[in-house]
Amino acid sequence: MSILHTVNKSSFEKSSLDSCLRYAKDGSTLLLYEDGVYAALKGAASEEKIKSAMQNHKVCALGPDLKARGFSQDRVIDGVSLIDYAGFVDLAAEAEKVQAWV
Amino acid sequence: MKFAIQINEGPYQHQASDSAYYFTKAVLEKGHEVMRVFFYHDGVNNGTRLTTPPQDDRNIVNRWSELGEQHNLDLVVCVAAAQRRGIVDEGEMQRNGKDAHNIAPGFRISGLGQLIEAGIQSERLVVFGD
Repeated sequence: MSILHTVNKSSFEKSSLDSCLRYAKDGSTLLLYEDGVYAALKGAASEEKIKSAMQNHKVCALGPDLKARGFSQDRVIDGVSLIDYAGFVDLAAEAEKVQAWV
Repeated sequence: MKFAIQINEGPYQHQASDSAYYFTKAVLEKGHEVMRVFFYHDGVNNGTRLTTPPQDDRNIVNRWSELGEQHNLDLVVCVAAAQRRGIVDEGEMQRNGKDAHNIAPGFRISGLGQLIEAGIQSERLVVFGD
């Protein structure tokens, strides 16, 4: 049981991903959705940040939001789990609470 | 499991209203309960029935009304946020001496206490917005 942290803004636009990673405890889950999915891409400036986050957190990205932005699965950093809305619900239910870094 | 949803962003602004809708649908499809959807800040604009998007675009307001009707959802618009943005039901129209009301079917206007109550009574409160 831990917290599900959601980030819905691009890390190139807002600092919510940084804030989230600064406060998230080890073992919690990070979900990137909406423009937040840009951080899940290989080769983006945020790649190392996500790779380092994956050492302490489960990192997920919302598949439909990646697809809506024209990115296929092979563009996503290895180890980031792609989920759909049903998976989002499961993450929320499995976690103790959901913290939106809006 | 009992979920509550909070939406802080208006329709057609970014994506929060769509994300919240698809999330809420998925919650219901999985057999969980949605005890309340609370519309706060610019999110109150999800509750005006005067919204008229182009015919080939999704109608976010009607979509909420329809989902609300299908699943008997409690769609609550924050009164103070609504007054600032001109979202009015019949009671508020009379109380404030306005000449019209525009609340969409299935929505009701109430206070912030409803959000606090949702936070206490639900097992998960999920927030969408800016």
